[in-house]
Amino acid sequence: MAAESSDSEEEDLVSYGSALQPLQEGERIKKPVPLQEQTVKDAKGRYQRFHGAFTGGFSAGYFNTVGTKEGWAPSAFVSSRQKRAGRTVLGPEDFMDEEDLSEFGIAPKDITTTDDFASKAKDRIKEKARQIAGVVAPIPGTTAFDDLIGPSKITVGVELLRKMGWKEGQGIGPRVKRKPQRQQPDPTVKIYGCALPPGLSEGSEGEEDEYQPENVTFAPKDVMPVDLTPKENVHGLGYKGLDPSQALFGASGREHLNLFTGGSEETSNLLGDLRHSKGRKLGITGQAFGVGALEEEDDDIYATDTLSKYDTVLKDEEPGDGLYGWTAPKQYKSKKRPEREFKYIGKILPGFSLASKPSAPIKIYPPPSLPRNYRPVHYFRPVIIAGNESCHLQKALEESTGKLESDPTQQGRHALNAAQRREQLGETELKGPAPSVLEYLSEKDRERLKEVKQASEQQMKAKIVSQQSANSRFQVTSPEEAAHKWQMHLGGQLANAGSSDFKPFAKNPEKQKRYENFVKSLKQGEKGERLERFFDQNMTEWERGREQEEFFRAAMFYRSSNSTLASRFTRAKYEDDVDKVEVPRDQENDIDDKETAVKMKMFGKLTRDNFEWHPDKLLCKRFNVRDPYPDSSIVGLPKVKRDKYSVFNFLTVHEPTTSVTQATNEKIQESNSLNKPKKSSRWDVSDKEKEKKDSISEFISLARSKADVQQQPPVPAKEECGTGTTETPPTVVADEDKNQEEESGRPPMDLFKAIFVSSSDEKSSSSEEESDEEQQPTTSERQSEATKQVDIADCSSSNLQENVTASTDSGISSLPTSKQELDATEEFGPKLPPAFSSGTTWQQQTEVPATFPGPSKKEKHRKTRERHKTKKERKRKKEKKKKHKKQKNKGKHKNKKSEKDSSSDTTDSSDSLSDMDTTGLSPKELLRRLKQLQY
Amino acid sequence: MAFPQPRPARAELPRQLVRTLQCGQGAVRAARFNADGNYCLTCGSDKTLKLWNPHRGTALRSFPGHGYEVLDAAGSSDNSQICSGGADRAVALWDVSTGRAVRKYRGHAGKVNCVQFNEESTVIVSGSIDSSVRCWDCRSRRPDPVQVLDEATDGISSLKLSAHEILTGSVDGRVRRYDLRAGRLCSDYIGSPISSVCFSKDGQCVLAASLDSTLRLLDKDTGELLGEYTGHRSTAYRLDCVLNELDTHVGCASEDGRVYFWDLLEGSLALSLPVGPGVVQSLAFHPRLPCLLAATQGQVTLWREESFRPEGDPEP
Repeated sequence: MAAESSDSEEEDLVSYGSALQPLQEGERIKKPVPLQEQTVKDAKGRYQRFHGAFTGGFSAGYFNTVGTKEGWAPSAFVSSRQKRAGRTVLGPEDFMDEEDLSEFGIAPKDITTTDDFASKAKDRIKEKARQIAGVVAPIPGTTAFDDLIGPSKITVGVELLRKMGWKEGQGIGPRVKRKPQRQQPDPTVKIYGCALPPGLSEGSEGEEDEYQPENVTFAPKDVMPVDLTPKENVHGLGYKGLDPSQALFGASGREHLNLFTGGSEETSNLLGDLRHSKGRKLGITGQAFGVGALEEEDDDIYATDTLSKYDTVLKDEEPGDGLYGWTAPKQYKSKKRPEREFKYIGKILPGFSLASKPSAPIKIYPPPSLPRNYRPVHYFRPVIIAGNESCHLQKALEESTGKLESDPTQQGRHALNAAQRREQLGETELKGPAPSVLEYLSEKDRERLKEVKQASEQQMKAKIVSQQSANSRFQVTSPEEAAHKWQMHLGGQLANAGSSDFKPFAKNPEKQKRYENFVKSLKQGEKGERLERFFDQNMTEWERGREQEEFFRAAMFYRSSNSTLASRFTRAKYEDDVDKVEVPRDQENDIDDKETAVKMKMFGKLTRDNFEWHPDKLLCKRFNVRDPYPDSSIVGLPKVKRDKYSVFNFLTVHEPTTSVTQATNEKIQESNSLNKPKKSSRWDVSDKEKEKKDSISEFISLARSKADVQQQPPVPAKEECGTGTTETPPTVVADEDKNQEEESGRPPMDLFKAIFVSSSDEKSSSSEEESDEEQQPTTSERQSEATKQVDIADCSSSNLQENVTASTDSGISSLPTSKQELDATEEFGPKLPPAFSSGTTWQQQTEVPATFPGPSKKEKHRKTRERHKTKKERKRKKEKKKKHKKQKNKGKHKNKKSEKDSSSDTTDSSDSLSDMDTTGLSPKELLRRLKQLQY
Repeated sequence: MAFPQPRPARAELPRQLVRTLQCGQGAVRAARFNADGNYCLTCGSDKTLKLWNPHRGTALRSFPGHGYEVLDAAGSSDNSQICSGGADRAVALWDVSTGRAVRKYRGHAGKVNCVQFNEESTVIVSGSIDSSVRCWDCRSRRPDPVQVLDEATDGISSLKLSAHEILTGSVDGRVRRYDLRAGRLCSDYIGSPISSVCFSKDGQCVLAASLDSTLRLLDKDTGELLGEYTGHRSTAYRLDCVLNELDTHVGCASEDGRVYFWDLLEGSLALSLPVGPGVVQSLAFHPRLPCLLAATQGQVTLWREESFRPEGDPEP
């Protein structure tokens, strides 16, 4: 239409394709068929649904299913019993469509030229290889017929190229002049990537060199495609297994050609001349196949393969003059080096070429030079402990090794000990700690050790002798002789033998008795016939002798296991082979700091230890608490493993002796008690007493109390008129301290009163008490005591023990020098209060048997009681005074309390009155009962 | 706008002796209220344990079976069981209705000084003179303790439990608090042997009585000293300390036969009750009422506030 519209340049135009039909007037333009309506029909006129874009993809089956429009109908069941033989074997064709079987299908049924029969003449590369093969082939010239017979199969591409003027053997592209092509590539232009292997496209260059016409262009040279077959096997590089087709049909004549088969034609050029020079060979060579009919050389048909034919070492080839290897002369080696690249010929893998530059030599470090006398074999000498029983063995070994180390001086350093080596080296002795444990032992212990050593030596000897005697048992004539011999051997070792815990003849008590007697007498050094009497007289001589020997042996065997040492050791706490012990990770420590903190009343961080603690899982469950450490297996404080002999294990928390703390505490308490009546609150700032309560001022108050005590002498002096006291002069401050300590451990007065009603007590503790104390004659006091405290002094037998313990307590605590005892009692914590009973209801019914206190305890009680009678008396009095004073000083609750007190007092007194007769008896009663208990 | 909280009633202290129980058990080693305070247990030195209604003065049941003195007892939360520990080194679990020992846990190496039930009465925790605290499972039949807390270096003298804590006082002068929920052990050094410990009702403070005749109120979390109370005498015996039902006062038994009460905040001595001539061995404060049990010698005395008028039986 364009041509028609433009009339001027019609000839210049080239028209392609067919022109559209001219549009009619009034005709409506046809709409293009929409995509979904475009259909394709197959050969039979059936519609085909396109499936894939290019790969001839149409949907298979019915919408890509195996079903049909009617649905999937399985074939009816046919019993295989009748039609067993009639079963047809289905091939893949049974499942194919007709299209697949057509000419362009995947399995065409029509006759086509397959690759095997297609002419390869057009393929130049293959042709060349074929020519080579043809030359080598058993029947030469067979390939010549290929072109005649074989049908041609030329691909479409080749066909097209031919139509475009391409000739086989040419490259593709515009024709070029030869000249520029032969120029070297521009050095400025860098070419990246792998260089093509040399000789790839050089094949026909040589002959075209000389003739170069000016205006003649040539087709570009054909480019051999690089072989890019991937390596798919696990063989070594370049290896190709024996191809049976090639071997049998002689496609490649020799073993070398295994490497260069059809796929790698580029190297065939390289090998072409080589092949011709060697002449023809059968496809199969080698010993296993024998020599073929066409084989020329048959000299070594029966040659056997030996290992010497093979190289076992990677090395250069022998030059033949014997000068090779790493011992070759230097100039030889240096001469050889440039040769190497030329020398390497032959087996160059396809795709590889010889390097023009040798790679940098690997630096080799020489191995360390060995000493001259180095022997590469090590002999283990058996270790023999001298003094062992195996002296024979040792001797034998010495003899056997004697040739090696005949000269003791030349035995070498291994035989020397440190001191000998030191001597040889001329070094001075170390000035460190004593080298031997023996140094630490006392002289006596060392002697004892020596004894033991001797004893063991003698034991050794004795053993030998015993062996001898065993050998010559029947030669031993008389038991006396044997005993004498034994005694000689045993010597003094038996001094400690046969202690009672060793009973070798426990099963036979008579024998055991005999043995014990025997050993006893042996210890005393008796001999011969005197020993004889211990043996059973009914026994024969021979039996007796035997038994004696037995006894000797038993005594020697035991020897109380070196009782000198045995008594020093105890069973191990931890197993010996474990060198770690479990120790709590955290330990409460620095008691001293805490002590001071407590003294300063700085409770809180200083006095607190916070540990990780793992409760048991079950405990958490029972307490309804989530386990704080759900995935820990520890229970309790976490423990760590420490070295068994670590110092830290022994740095345990050492609690300070309670007596000290006690004393200090008592001091504090006492100072507090001084201010007690006035004290209302320690947090009350206005209160003056508060200062005294402060930690710093405690010492002041202490001092004040001392001063007070110093002031009090006249008062106690008056009081003590009747008791004949042994009170220390109060002017001495040190003694005063002691007194305070005494008071610190003082048990309640009631205890003393309970037992010692008849005595009085005037010990003073605080100045205030002393000051406002009413002075009473001792006798009256006693009476008042008796009346007032009798109720406590109920002496029912059930309470006896308690009373006794109480008395001990009082006795101990009131004893100034019995601090240790005090500690001992406090070690076990607070005691139970004494079990007094004021009621008479159960007095008789409960009779506690005297199982509790042991006699020793009672003795102690009595002693202490006797010792401290006087002091206790004094104390008791003071106690009573205190009570009085308290009642007075309580201003606030005075009314009520006085009422109550009075009431209680009255009740008390009434009680006491009722119990008077019993209480009066109490001390004697107690004594009596104590005696009863004791005996 | 909310009304201000009514002023809390002024705490009254038990000043009035209401009743005296002659226990007839020898020395009464401990007197304990049960969980709701309606009953009490007395531990006698004659190896028996007795259950009383102290408000009526009636003895309900006697539990013989310990091999030696009974030193402490506690009632379960549902009043169905009683646990006790004695000098026979055993911890016993009693059935109240039958009066028989259901179980006996042996494992302590020394006298069992104190026993406590946990909140659900599924575990008995016992402290002994052998310096260990043992937790016994009441649910299973296993004879071994669930866990042994052997951190103390001396005997355990006192023991209290809260919902998730075990508080122990030891003669080594330390108050240890095992917190099961947090998995921590807090050890507060007091110095003097601890004779008794107890929690305050709000669970924030710890009261510790020690043998230096001092009560100390410590902050549970930090261990700081909140108060110190002195005036009584406690140097040798294991005497109890208590807090009253409103946490306003602290009380402690004394060796001089009295019970002392101090104002918790001010630290001033509020009351000194003359209980008896002997050492007041044990104290127990009613969980809700100003009502005190004090055991001295062979008797237990019940004390109430002054305004209390006993109904029913006439006051002797």
